[in-house]
Amino acid sequence: MKSAPWWLSGPAALLFTGLLLVPLALTAVLSFNVYDPATGARAGEFTLAHYAMVFGDPYYHGIFWRTFRISALVALICVLVGAPEAYVLSRMRNPWRSAMLLVVLAPLLVSVVVRAFGWSMLLGPEGLVNAALGALGLGPFKLLYTETAVVIALVHVMLPFMVIPVWTSLQKLDPGIADAALSLNASPFTTLRRIVLPQVMPGILSGSLIVFGLAASSFAVPGLLGGRRLKMVATVVYDEYLHELNWPLGAAVALTLLAANLAVMLGWNRLVEGRYRRALG
Amino acid sequence: MNRNGPLALAFHALVIAFMLAPLVVVCLVAFTPENTLTLPTTSFSLRWFRAVFEHPDFMQSFWNSLWLALGSATLATLLAVPAGLAITRYRFAGREFLNGLFLSPLIIPHLVLGVALLRLFALVGGSGSFGFLVFAHALIVTPYTLRLVVAALVGFDRSAEQAAASLGAGHFTVFRRITLPMILPGVTGGWMLAFINSFDEVTMSIFVTAPSTVTLPVRMYMYATESIDPLMAAVSALMVGVTALAMVLLDRVYGLDRVLVGRR
Repeated sequence: MKSAPWWLSGPAALLFTGLLLVPLALTAVLSFNVYDPATGARAGEFTLAHYAMVFGDPYYHGIFWRTFRISALVALICVLVGAPEAYVLSRMRNPWRSAMLLVVLAPLLVSVVVRAFGWSMLLGPEGLVNAALGALGLGPFKLLYTETAVVIALVHVMLPFMVIPVWTSLQKLDPGIADAALSLNASPFTTLRRIVLPQVMPGILSGSLIVFGLAASSFAVPGLLGGRRLKMVATVVYDEYLHELNWPLGAAVALTLLAANLAVMLGWNRLVEGRYRRALG
Repeated sequence: MNRNGPLALAFHALVIAFMLAPLVVVCLVAFTPENTLTLPTTSFSLRWFRAVFEHPDFMQSFWNSLWLALGSATLATLLAVPAGLAITRYRFAGREFLNGLFLSPLIIPHLVLGVALLRLFALVGGSGSFGFLVFAHALIVTPYTLRLVVAALVGFDRSAEQAAASLGAGHFTVFRRITLPMILPGVTGGWMLAFINSFDEVTMSIFVTAPSTVTLPVRMYMYATESIDPLMAAVSALMVGVTALAMVLLDRVYGLDRVLVGRR
């Protein structure tokens, strides 16, 4: 039965070859094709012009810089909110613990369009947030169609992806060690900083990686909350494909995003692994 | 175990409020009797829900999404069960590669997948047809199903299988009578997770749908970029309802915490 694994995984391999590997290769070729505004992409004629545009034009620099800046900020906020929240959750007792964990994680399963729309209502000029600030004598602030709105909604979408890995590493933690530190007269804060934090660090780091990657390629949130002028990479690709009809340029932007994402992930992974290998001896 | 202090609980309450606020607001505004996005204060009305059911585009998109999610989740399960068996039970050249390939849609941005599939469908013709969409969605939901199938197959006691085989049962009989029933919670949970993810997907779908096959999230995205009225809130509330229903079912069959946190 040497062939068994092949025909068992064959159908899935066929689907992934046909709809993932081949299309990615086709898109890579497309991104080098000459673009003609009258006829579209010209097969068989190649140019580096699209990549030169992506890497040379200040407009695209601005888009990529904004995208990575927003994604890094979202990852940072998710660390500052998600990690303590996972810790608070892990110290609760059941049934509160399971119930509250579900409340934090369940929005993950609701369509991102619904959540972005909810935030557009909350942050609008007549929305609840401005009404609440108005009651305090502040504002009104212009929130909708600003980076603030995009960051808030992205944090809402990404927070579960931070809570899950931190929660998982907290579950592996031996509570006896923290108790030992406390019994040796360490203050609760010292215990948290010297005992708990180092052990959940891998969870925090992998969580921030996931959050950064997903935020950098997010489409619906900047599309609905950033408005027409506040573009991120994904909304620019969408415009190139469906409004400008310049597919080769859109493909070049999309593949640059993919390459940048993979580079950040692999680089981060090596950095983290290297640190822990050294730390663990 | 230490109790949480008042400061920790206050922080927790803020996080919970933050996570629930947009969903609660959507569901409340859906009941407004007004023509604008306002919170209903004195009276509740179902007029916007009625408007959704009388809106031909939204209804067509709802059925598209439903059939698409049923079809792609089923296809993904049919592919993931044998692939999971191959990956967990055999050591063969290319096993690591296949495992990485099957999980890669979790890492590759859906935007890039959408762009790539648009190129393929434009070249082979029939762009946006429903059949293509089923395969495209099966591609992105297979990793979810595969993970739960593999989790069910790892740490699986094989003595019952060996007993059946030693009593003369063929390979397929062993699979159908022993293996499948034992991994069934994982398979069903994987199917449901695939269903939810297909039903919610927007970024890839927006590139590969045609006007007649537009899915509900894509329709909502397009509607929300052009006009904002309580109709959108009513559709959103219905989406939250459908998702909540699916979550209750998933919890009964497999356990929601196991799906979300991966605890076994």
